[in-house]
Amino acid sequence: MIESVPMEHGLALAGVLFGLGLVGVLVRRNILFMLMSVEIMLNAAGLAFVVAGSRWGQTDGQIMFIFILTMAAAEVAVGLALAMQFYHHFMTLDADAARTMRG
Amino acid sequence: MDLVFYISAAVAVFSTLMVITRFSAVHALLYLVVSFFSVALIFLVLGAPFVAALEIIVYAGAIMVLFVFVIMMLNLGPRAQEQERAWLKPNVWLGPSILCIILVSELIYVVVGAGPANLTGSEVTPKQVGMALFGPYFLGVELASLLLLAGLVGAYHIGRRVRHSVRRTEDES
Repeated sequence: MIESVPMEHGLALAGVLFGLGLVGVLVRRNILFMLMSVEIMLNAAGLAFVVAGSRWGQTDGQIMFIFILTMAAAEVAVGLALAMQFYHHFMTLDADAARTMRG
Repeated sequence: MDLVFYISAAVAVFSTLMVITRFSAVHALLYLVVSFFSVALIFLVLGAPFVAALEIIVYAGAIMVLFVFVIMMLNLGPRAQEQERAWLKPNVWLGPSILCIILVSELIYVVVGAGPANLTGSEVTPKQVGMALFGPYFLGVELASLLLLAGLVGAYHIGRRVRHSVRRTEDES
């Protein structure tokens, strides 16, 4: 187990990972990459919870991570089904292809 | 053991950086698996072995396999990589990256300014997590099961191949 890692370093790592995921969502136009970036952001949020739980030696952080995990699994199942429908409909994964409604 | 934390943190940041800059979806996916592995190692060092196992089994296992299946079914070729390369020009990513760097540096400044607080490193065993999960958080477990059921039904409903919409697109093109 760790001896002297400050909690800020763990939280800073979570923040950096979340920022990278945010950049991914903003920059990429491919729906698959955007979904992957959302996964990165959810994972970073879970990391922050576990770090905080480890700071006080409580179970609550890990339980919140399990709930985030459940949410991520449901989100990715629906998101990938939507991506497949999107691809069948528009023959591309470019998110800009759906910028008009009732496309 | 402190060194393990910093090394796996560096690996996690590097592999995540590679995920958002790759042109090929499969390469990005493999880097994402490496990132999840390093985060699982961090969980293990932080004294959360149960969550580390879940990270590998559910994130690096189940969710990544879903992505792999979808990439297989979409049948993306070299043309998609060329398209990604054309989309990822510096003038596209420069602005959002600078804004996010500003936000992250502000976040780090606020977190570091809160004063030193060492992590205890005391292990929280799977038994404790299970006791809390089916004790005070029982309602949350039930809600999570509802969410998973809704996700299952929703994914099945959306994922069905609707014939008429495909034909309509073919007629238009």
